Amino acid sequence: MENKPVIEARDLTIGYGEEIVMRGLNFRVQKGDIFIIMGGSGCGKSTLLKSIIGLLEPLAGKVLYGEKSFWEAEAPEQLKIMRRFGVLYQGGALWSSLTLAENIALPLEMYTQLRPKQVQDVVELKLALVGLSGYEDFYPAEISGGMRKRAGLARAMALDPDILFFDEPSAGLDPLSAKLLDDLILQLSDTLGTTVVMVTHELASIFAVGNNAIFLDREAKTMTAEGPPKQLLKDSRDERVIEFLTRGEKPARRA
Amino acid sequence: MPENNPQEKLAFTYPARGALRLVLSGDWQIASITPSLDEAIAELKTHPEVTEIAFESSQIGDWDTGLAAFLLKLARECERRKIRLSPEGLPQGAQKLLTLAQAVQEKEAPAPKVQEPFLTRVGDTAVKVWNEIKSLLDFLGELLVSFTRLLKGKAYIRKKDFKAIIQACGAEAFPLVSLISVLLGLILAFVGAMQLRMFGAQIFVADIVGIAMVRVMGAIMTGIIMTGRTGASFAAELGIMQTNEEIDALRTLGIPPVDFLILPRVLALVLMMPLLTLYSNLMGILGGYIIGVGMLELNPVEYFNRTQEAIGINNLWVGMVHSVVFGVIIAVSGCFRGIQCGRSAAAVGEATTSAVVTGITSIVVATAIITYICQLLGV
Repeated sequence: MENKPVIEARDLTIGYGEEIVMRGLNFRVQKGDIFIIMGGSGCGKSTLLKSIIGLLEPLAGKVLYGEKSFWEAEAPEQLKIMRRFGVLYQGGALWSSLTLAENIALPLEMYTQLRPKQVQDVVELKLALVGLSGYEDFYPAEISGGMRKRAGLARAMALDPDILFFDEPSAGLDPLSAKLLDDLILQLSDTLGTTVVMVTHELASIFAVGNNAIFLDREAKTMTAEGPPKQLLKDSRDERVIEFLTRGEKPARRA
Repeated sequence: MPENNPQEKLAFTYPARGALRLVLSGDWQIASITPSLDEAIAELKTHPEVTEIAFESSQIGDWDTGLAAFLLKLARECERRKIRLSPEGLPQGAQKLLTLAQAVQEKEAPAPKVQEPFLTRVGDTAVKVWNEIKSLLDFLGELLVSFTRLLKGKAYIRKKDFKAIIQACGAEAFPLVSLISVLLGLILAFVGAMQLRMFGAQIFVADIVGIAMVRVMGAIMTGIIMTGRTGASFAAELGIMQTNEEIDALRTLGIPPVDFLILPRVLALVLMMPLLTLYSNLMGILGGYIIGVGMLELNPVEYFNRTQEAIGINNLWVGMVHSVVFGVIIAVSGCFRGIQCGRSAAAVGEATTSAVVTGITSIVVATAIITYICQLLGV
């Protein structure tokens, strides 16, 4: 019997106003997956992510969390769904007027009954998980880009979400920091069983962490491949998928 | 060797019928003067039989992208005229640069921008204005709902942030408000004194300055100062937060940005504006006092008593109503423009400018409306 997906996109069409960016998107994210949304720059990966996390209403189709259709749900129900996930934005998106500790504490203060001392303990733990112990009182502007991303991850994990979304986590990071972040994502997924949905075009990350993926084709305006990245590299017959996964090398003709 | 004369750097020869050879010599650098494409086009016009262009560059000196830019334009012109361009006679580097410039193209070139017909533009503008009005109404509705949540004790406002905003838009504005208000009082008194001295009625300078400042000028000047200072700062702060996805992060955590970011700013400014206006009134009266006592040699006690008599509680209330309304206007226009901001540096600049323009315009319009209402009520 097939597992019930955690997230499902059904005939999703996304875009801005009358401009359609992607259409006919159908995919399922299973529990524990590290699911990659990949494609070239400007193909609509981040737009798709926005539609999944409730920031941009799709032009048509459904985004299902379990049985519930996010965009058809009432506001309190949407809020309940949003409480189940955390998001790491491209630049970390830490609130610049708050310290790292305050950034992580904010959702805890909003949604839990924890006392201030307990909140502080959780904050320390979350920062320790991303290797930022001792940086509680630093402001986002006082730390490096890689550290901001890790702090953003700590905030995304504040409420122990079932699902973590990553928007271009390696963007702007040096290869070593990018690898550290990939390792961290793998460890978190492995130890906490968190489902991960990651938007990226970084091949190293795609192959290192992804166990399932879809490929968005800018020219076709839809997804043209779905499957584990390594398998796609081996088996895909779509020229643009192979070109993407081999950094533009011409695909060998496959029988 | 041709140095500065561009015409000497480009010559045309015809080794065979229909074959044009461009002889390049001298330096072809961005910093030096290079021949324009017009010369080549003029040559092509006089020789319409040309079907192929080649190059001779043995006499060429130093060259850089200045040469490449000329070649690219020439290549495009040749393409348009269906003339074959043979780059073999060019320096190796220039050939590579030309190939690169022609090769790296977006697969889908954007559609050329064409100006829409007049009626379409009018229609687009009308739709845009209508959408702006709807967005503003949405924003005001959200603000009202958020305020209701606050009254029920359900809105999430951080005390630390609120205090910081109060500090920024209250105490930190004192020096500027002091300076502008004293100067305004001085100007009002000076202009009034020039006229009143002719009738020997200098003492009425106290009335003019007192009433003008307390009833409307104090509030207007404070409003304009705060629009430029605080309204612009609200728009820039929120605009940058929008650019950095900080507002998206609030939304996905289920924290209404209106509760967290906008309500504290609106409340802080609505609380601070009446206080700043009172302070501005005082400073304006002080400015008038300086002119009255220092230049018109009025008795200080008499000036003080005259001011006290003239002001009246009604004027003070009218001034306070102005200040509260202006507080709402400045905060709403700053926050609305900030939250509407696009995701680029230019958009932040536009949001800031727009916040100031909206704020000042709305203050003037609101003053006219309040004045008219006061007239109707006989206040």
